[in-house]
Amino acid sequence: MNTLVEVKDLKKYFNTPGGQLHAVDGVSFKIQKGKTMGVVGESGCGKTTLGRLMVHLEESTGGNIYFEGKDITHAKGIELKKLRQKVRIIFQDPFSSLNPRMTIRSSIQEPLRIARNPVEEMVMRTNQLMDMVGIDTRLHLSFPHELDGGRRQRVGIGRALAPNPSFIVCDEPVSALDVSIQAQVLNLLQDLQQEYGITYMFITHDLSVVRHISDDICVMYLGQLVETSPSKELFKNPLHPYTKALLSAIPSTDIYKKPKRIMLKGELSSPINPKPGCRFLPRCPYATDACREPQKLEEILPNHFASCCRVKEIND
Amino acid sequence: MSNNNVKTTEPVVGVNDKENINEPFLKVEDLVVEYTSYGEIIHAVNGVSLQLERGKTLGLVGETGAGKTTIAKSILGILPKFSSSIKRGQVFIDGQDLLSLPEKEMQKIRGNKIAMIFQDPMTALNPIIPVGKQISEAIQLHYNVSAKESAERAIEMLEMAGITGERYNDYPHQFSGGMKQRVVIAMALACRPELLLADEPTTALDVTIQAQILEMIKELRDKFNMALILITHDFGVVAELCDEVAVVYAGEIIESGTKEDIFIHPTHPYTIGLFDSIPHIDSDADRLKPIAGLPPNPAVLPKGCHFSPRCPKATDECRDQPIPMVETSPGHFCRCCHI
Repeated sequence: MNTLVEVKDLKKYFNTPGGQLHAVDGVSFKIQKGKTMGVVGESGCGKTTLGRLMVHLEESTGGNIYFEGKDITHAKGIELKKLRQKVRIIFQDPFSSLNPRMTIRSSIQEPLRIARNPVEEMVMRTNQLMDMVGIDTRLHLSFPHELDGGRRQRVGIGRALAPNPSFIVCDEPVSALDVSIQAQVLNLLQDLQQEYGITYMFITHDLSVVRHISDDICVMYLGQLVETSPSKELFKNPLHPYTKALLSAIPSTDIYKKPKRIMLKGELSSPINPKPGCRFLPRCPYATDACREPQKLEEILPNHFASCCRVKEIND
Repeated sequence: MSNNNVKTTEPVVGVNDKENINEPFLKVEDLVVEYTSYGEIIHAVNGVSLQLERGKTLGLVGETGAGKTTIAKSILGILPKFSSSIKRGQVFIDGQDLLSLPEKEMQKIRGNKIAMIFQDPMTALNPIIPVGKQISEAIQLHYNVSAKESAERAIEMLEMAGITGERYNDYPHQFSGGMKQRVVIAMALACRPELLLADEPTTALDVTIQAQILEMIKELRDKFNMALILITHDFGVVAELCDEVAVVYAGEIIESGTKEDIFIHPTHPYTIGLFDSIPHIDSDADRLKPIAGLPPNPAVLPKGCHFSPRCPKATDECRDQPIPMVETSPGHFCRCCHI
């Protein structure tokens, strides 16, 4: 298979008054061309920081990012400008990610303008983009406040698509939308992927959405990957105790199924100066002394990785 | 008003107690609420009727702007004074008409007999008062107790909600989102309300925390035999907690019945559409089936069925006249003329 994006031991620490905050701490994964990689985790686990690192909205503290085989971790100047045509991002909140004083048309056109496309081409491409994302061309002179959330998010997608990117980071693109609109946007993203072979990194906290859209899934906990596997496999056979608890916590719409819920005690511990051992330890029902050692992501089943020293005992 | 002349059939939400067969605990009848905004009239709630018994849970499901929160706020009497008005309808608790009560009397009921939990725990608490104090304040307001007694009771409530009493003097910013929601719940339950209105109580929380909070609400509901109205857009949460479900669209209840009625035999095209547009955690369907179009502008509602512009089954009959509620099976009501 064809790897488009590879991340090796990526780190991002923030300096805070309380010490170093380990937002992303040694994350490694690969994304295949034309596939969707889902990143799930609870708020504060570092998934958005990871997404922002991928598109150079944050400078990493350590580790490497490869795009099409090239190390782009420290891309600067013209190189970065070119990269930004290829690697795009869709933001969570369509209400705050669009410039309120720019018309829909100029918002979508902006990336093309930055890339210095000729005017006629730009106009043609804008009409084509609005068509692609399903915004009526009569709305091209509207302002963001005149549109509903679903349409605004379509504008956000149009902006991301403008320079014909090969990789898009979708940071909670449907969380702010109502379910009926959410389905429209998810279908649109899938259609675009099929037609143009775009690769997605799909960041979300909604597990049913991630299962629906992803080929592979990474589960994050306090800045680290705790489990990664093909999507179906993960939902069928979660290995890490955190993933197990997370999946069991989803309220099911099946009213006859009484799920065996693993109730976690407490909440996310602080990501500031974390202890070297397993970060899930304070909440883990299986914790032992061995968990105080640093954990490694290991291949437990084919293509299914988990970072837990007791994973074999637990899943026996 | 679009459905002025329609005789509303009474959806019976909640199973009647034997001794209480005539008067349900909570009864809302033909409630109509309007907002005015920039000279436009927003038809937020258009003739909603519902009933609920003690110890039972009713889920109000619907999308943003459907009028769910407005229904709850009218029951509690906390609609904004100048921009909204209750045009019609009655709200009874134990046979007492709340809407005709003077504000003074209503204050005694609010926070005491009826309490509400808001969606966002970050904004529901006063940031400059310790959480324990905020809870004991509510107790002192409604009971004739000393400061010491109310503080003791506040600590008891905090502990019931899973927070150690030592945190009595902590400020809201020292708590995480899930813990703040626990504080809010402790405060809402401090005066042992008989009716609890929970407006998206877990929407702002992570799933593992959501599971903890739902479990806690369930326990406390059963312990105090409270009636609970749960407002949510998440069918999973409804399946978890509710006995009865009412689906709200554009200010109307378009389908209501027991949880089984709605989840196993959804009848209204909108309810069916909602179920089709959520990705199911146990299904492998490749594509979702979204509902076409958008909810109507509440200032200019369609004349007939409010859902007709988006409905795949719509005919002229639906567009011309308001649609009455029809009982499709005992206790299962649906507002559609194509069943």
